[in-house]
Amino acid sequence: MTTRQEWNKPLPTVVGETRPYWESCRRGELLIQRCEKCGEYQFYPRGICANCWSDDSIRWVQASGKGTVWTYTVTYQNRTPGFAEDVPYVLAVVELEEGVKMFTNIVDCNPREVTIGMPVEVTFVRANDQITVPYFRPVGE
Amino acid sequence: MVDLKHGAAIVGIHEHVTRYAPDKSELQIQGESVIKALADAGLSKQDVDGLFTASSSIRNSGMNLADYLNMYPKYVDNTTVGGGSFEFHLSHALTAIAAGRIDVAVITYSSLARSGGVSVGTGGVGRYGHPRLDPSPDSFEELYGLTTVGLYAMIAQRHMHLYGTTSEQLAEVAVAMRKHASMNPEALFRDPVTVEDIVNSRMISSPLHLPDCCVITDGGGAVVVASPEVARSCRHTPVWVLGVGEAIAHQGAGKRDLMYIAAKQSHEPAFAMAGVTQKDIDMAMIYDSFTITVVETLEDLGFCEKGEGGQFVSGGRLQVDSEMSDKLPINTDGGGLSSNHPGMRGIFLLLEATRQLRHQFKDTPRQVENCQVALCHGTGGSLGARHSGGTAILGRD
Repeated sequence: MTTRQEWNKPLPTVVGETRPYWESCRRGELLIQRCEKCGEYQFYPRGICANCWSDDSIRWVQASGKGTVWTYTVTYQNRTPGFAEDVPYVLAVVELEEGVKMFTNIVDCNPREVTIGMPVEVTFVRANDQITVPYFRPVGE
Repeated sequence: MVDLKHGAAIVGIHEHVTRYAPDKSELQIQGESVIKALADAGLSKQDVDGLFTASSSIRNSGMNLADYLNMYPKYVDNTTVGGGSFEFHLSHALTAIAAGRIDVAVITYSSLARSGGVSVGTGGVGRYGHPRLDPSPDSFEELYGLTTVGLYAMIAQRHMHLYGTTSEQLAEVAVAMRKHASMNPEALFRDPVTVEDIVNSRMISSPLHLPDCCVITDGGGAVVVASPEVARSCRHTPVWVLGVGEAIAHQGAGKRDLMYIAAKQSHEPAFAMAGVTQKDIDMAMIYDSFTITVVETLEDLGFCEKGEGGQFVSGGRLQVDSEMSDKLPINTDGGGLSSNHPGMRGIFLLLEATRQLRHQFKDTPRQVENCQVALCHGTGGSLGARHSGGTAILGRD
């Protein structure tokens, strides 16, 4: 896990239904949710099952942390502090092995070498004592 | 279901032609637009009983607008689903009028995005000030540096990957919009551009170049919608609401195929209500926040197959003066890509479709010949994340 000096990107707001996710990130693990009743995975985390609308059957499960790039863009302009100085960076949608898609950045690579379908794995960057952010990087050779 | 076809008509319109208005308030632009749209209809303040508005900057937009106008509407709708809000408003006004709750509705909008220096497409989460992320979905998205253009660019990237769509094909959309803008004296950018100019211009978020993105302007407008009885006594030929449909598309808890957009859901009810097919559409107003928006929308409205949008927009098919027998003129005002885009452009789709159906540009190149049926499709939000789609089919007697 890397620590980034002077984190100036926006930070997530953590509430009860999302706390296990952010706490697992802090430990360097990626947890996602699965409904015990209908069996569906879901992302982002919720206090209910968004598929079958059960409110007592959501369980946290460890994701493999592996997936593929579903789509991406190399961002050359973003005026928000924290990102303005990072361009060009790769904004992406990654499809996890479990079948759910999530937004992320593809890091630790040349932005111009990212392709759709590229295998990636989760990696974590510590923002502060409370928050660690999951990113994805190309799977090593 | 109650037959809503011909249940209401657009009887008055006004576009506030300003593209830059640093000395006006947003409410003033709406007030001026409402007054002029009512004059266009031949109606007065006392006739209006429904008020419809959306804003990303005015707090409590319906209440504050009623206060500013000093009116007491008995039906208010603030539905705010991004740029397509006004197609939703038309749909809701139709329903309220057909149900007999009101006779005359005003839909209005304004924004000072340009004079306010709002980076609509590239400001990221900070575009309206310091970001505080909602627990969801913001907290799972905005920390990755999402921009509006980036969300559309990701759809363009995958479209190219799956279907072989090219930057040149996307550029064809921007070229057509600029051609139309050259016929509109109010358009922001009127000088011709070529496909080559566009593909060689600055990349904002790959694969979208600067001219693949809409302009940022100030502006506003108003639309007056009335019952059939009122409509027949108004100054202009009524522009009937033939069919409407509305939809929201989102990530489906992480499982939706984001390549299918809300237009896929909203168009079928609209066509069914209107009793027409794609072949009956003489011109279309397609929300053009980005060139890819037009390609995706034309596909999901059923004008071509999924993946064929790049080919469909090529060869000048979208241009009003195209020689193609199966042309589809779109955005004859120059669209968001060249004419104006104050942040939520959906109202301007209704304005230009009404002008075309009134044959207001008769004997000029901007007029779509024998225009009888027009389609408006407003998209709000972001294709790659969550967005709205409002389809409205309009026609004249």
